[in-house]
Amino acid sequence: MAEPAISSVPLENLTISQGMSIALVGNPNAGKSTIFNRLTGLRQKTANYPGVTVEKKVGKLNLSGSLYDLIDLPGIYSLSPQSADESIAVDVLLGRVEGTPQPDLIIAVIDATRLYQGLYLLQQLVELGRPIVIALTMTDDAIIKNISINTRQLQDKFQGVPVCELVATTGKGMRSLDTVIRNTIGKNYPQKNSYWKELRNASNEIQQKIGESSLKLVDIERAIINADPVAIESIQNVLGPETNSELLRYRTELCGSEPPIAVEARVRYSWIKEALPILESKAKAPIRWATKITNWINRPLTATVLFFGLMAIIFQAVFAWATPLMDFIDNTTVGLGTWVQDVIPPGIISSFIADGVIAGVGSVVIFLPQILILFLFIIVLEDTGYLARTAFLMDRAMRATGLSGQSVIPLISGFACAVPGIMATRVIPDRRDRIATILAAPFMTCSARLPVYALLIAAFIPNINVGFANLQGLVLFGLYMLGIIGGIGTALLLKRSALRGPNPTFILALPEFHIPSFRTVLLKLLDRARIFLRRAGTVIFTVAILVWALAYFPRSTNIETERVEAQAQASTVLTGSILETELNTIDNEAAAAQLAQSYLGRMGNWIEPVFTPLGWDWRISAAVIAAFPAREVVVAVLGTIYAVGAEADETSLVERLRSATWPDGRTVFTLPTVLGLLVFFAWCLQCAATLAVIKRETNTWRWPVFAWSYMTAIGYIGALLIYQIGSV
Amino acid sequence: MTLAELSRGDRAQIIAIDSQKNSVQRLMVMGLVEGIEIEFLGRSLGGDPIELLIHGSALSLRQTDARHFTVTIADKKDGS
Repeated sequence: MAEPAISSVPLENLTISQGMSIALVGNPNAGKSTIFNRLTGLRQKTANYPGVTVEKKVGKLNLSGSLYDLIDLPGIYSLSPQSADESIAVDVLLGRVEGTPQPDLIIAVIDATRLYQGLYLLQQLVELGRPIVIALTMTDDAIIKNISINTRQLQDKFQGVPVCELVATTGKGMRSLDTVIRNTIGKNYPQKNSYWKELRNASNEIQQKIGESSLKLVDIERAIINADPVAIESIQNVLGPETNSELLRYRTELCGSEPPIAVEARVRYSWIKEALPILESKAKAPIRWATKITNWINRPLTATVLFFGLMAIIFQAVFAWATPLMDFIDNTTVGLGTWVQDVIPPGIISSFIADGVIAGVGSVVIFLPQILILFLFIIVLEDTGYLARTAFLMDRAMRATGLSGQSVIPLISGFACAVPGIMATRVIPDRRDRIATILAAPFMTCSARLPVYALLIAAFIPNINVGFANLQGLVLFGLYMLGIIGGIGTALLLKRSALRGPNPTFILALPEFHIPSFRTVLLKLLDRARIFLRRAGTVIFTVAILVWALAYFPRSTNIETERVEAQAQASTVLTGSILETELNTIDNEAAAAQLAQSYLGRMGNWIEPVFTPLGWDWRISAAVIAAFPAREVVVAVLGTIYAVGAEADETSLVERLRSATWPDGRTVFTLPTVLGLLVFFAWCLQCAATLAVIKRETNTWRWPVFAWSYMTAIGYIGALLIYQIGSV
Repeated sequence: MTLAELSRGDRAQIIAIDSQKNSVQRLMVMGLVEGIEIEFLGRSLGGDPIELLIHGSALSLRQTDARHFTVTIADKKDGS
């Protein structure tokens, strides 16, 4: 396996541009990311372009000691962008993005099995006049499909641009790509001929009129074809008011009354149609199993059955497969807590480590296996091409909401996490449709809701079978449906009111079914694990400590004195196991009394009236309030609260919750309370990261503020109705 | 006859395009231009959108856009 030497550049240094930059450009699904991962390994990070929310993936490429910045650009079909992420790719190529220099080298990633579409973009890229190399990907697929590409002719047709054949999944050909990059970057590069000569003549004439100018031919051409505002302004600075009439004259000369983009497509594809028989030879391809699978998946009946079957398997897997690992983590944390309490004498330090750190963070980390299994499914569904297929299948159904199948991918991603889900909306061309999808995404049951659901279901929903299904599983399924109903309902309402607009269209390239690369899946999964653990180590850790401190202080000396006296008295009259039980009861009552008069207890009591109609005691209220920055915090906070105020011999949080009572002895967690709490978590927007990403995506505070208020309100109302109706 | 009227397995050639609509122009950029041959792969749940094969790439689009492409059938697939 040929691979570039891995250097030990620390990740923080990636922000500093140390040298020249290289951009990976190509059609969506052409294999850019696989090349990117091959070239950079773990030396990559994801950031954002300033002002827009398109993800900017940058990494370091080390070629025999020289470091280059490698940028993975969003997939495009042409230099005429139609959505937010296509615009950014084009802007980077034209050197218009602040903080991102125009690439010194372009790696044009061309899918050997889709040469027809790839050559369109390749023509435009070659015309940019920047150093460029062609990376021909999927060559292994091409062999299976009996397609053979004449690379010598390809190089010739594209005016000497070097071509590298790659098998990205195995790394074959990567070494020669390294060599070609090194030989091409930084060298003097001659301007190439255009594939649309009439357009190039027009831009040459305009450039002569402008005179010595920094304006490149390509910029002028974008002004003629796309009425590109940046390019037009630059021309206006020199030509003044006659610019528009001048551009219009050329446009009419070239295109007549036809739209320029349509004319460009005709001109370029007629060249491709002539060149294609020379560049590739296709023998009759054997019917492949991938094609068979794709055809089979496509049939309406199989598609429907498969969709619901897959969803059922995912739910099953998230619960069943994760159990052994979760038990392991649970036992470890409980053991660790007990060990700390054994080793360190009782008091503030022991309580801080056992109740604050271990009980708080541990109760969240335990859900790592479930979250990774969920992400594994989503990543595999995405990489096999099934997610795109789902968009195709669901388009008709989505039309009822006023959205298109394109909103399906962000919503399904939202099952893992709303943040990448919201980012995935950037492929939606219409702004109103995009915002409606953004506001629906936080309703999807994300992986952070899973710990909350799992805890409450395990504690309070009986583990029995109802017909064929398990009741716990049914409740979980119901909660997922609740999220979907909330999201779809919201989109529907918005598209009929504030975001009313024309019906969106639906155009999507459908990738053929293929087996994802193990390496890519692993890298993505590691990334998610890192993000989750970082959150557990920072946000959740901080909140857990804070809540512990609020629950521990102030200590009442009266309660402590009373406890010591009561225990001394009991020792004189009781013996054996009765004494043991009595001592525990006294400890427990003292701990509960301490907690009730702590800062947290006082705050909880103060806020309790707001949540009394929902059947929540001050402890639930305090935990829910603490969970507004990140919903999974509620589990940590409940872990800490119930650890501080619990008997030492009780081990699991589940049991502590079950035995929680009101001061008058009634059980706190009755079925209506629990169901209401679940509904609250299903609909409420308790996630600072989601709010931040909505703000960034929509570029205004209006939408995050709206989303937060709206979702909190319906969460509260939902919980209220369930509790009040359930308690009648 | 337009793209929207084809049935599963048909091969057809695009002969004329009404290119005023933005989404139609986007489809042209993706390779749906006059003179090329496509294969009609099928329809989604409920009959819309449709899926085409153009030179090895599968592409889906709605009927409303498909109506802007006039085609002639090159090879009618019998049965299927």
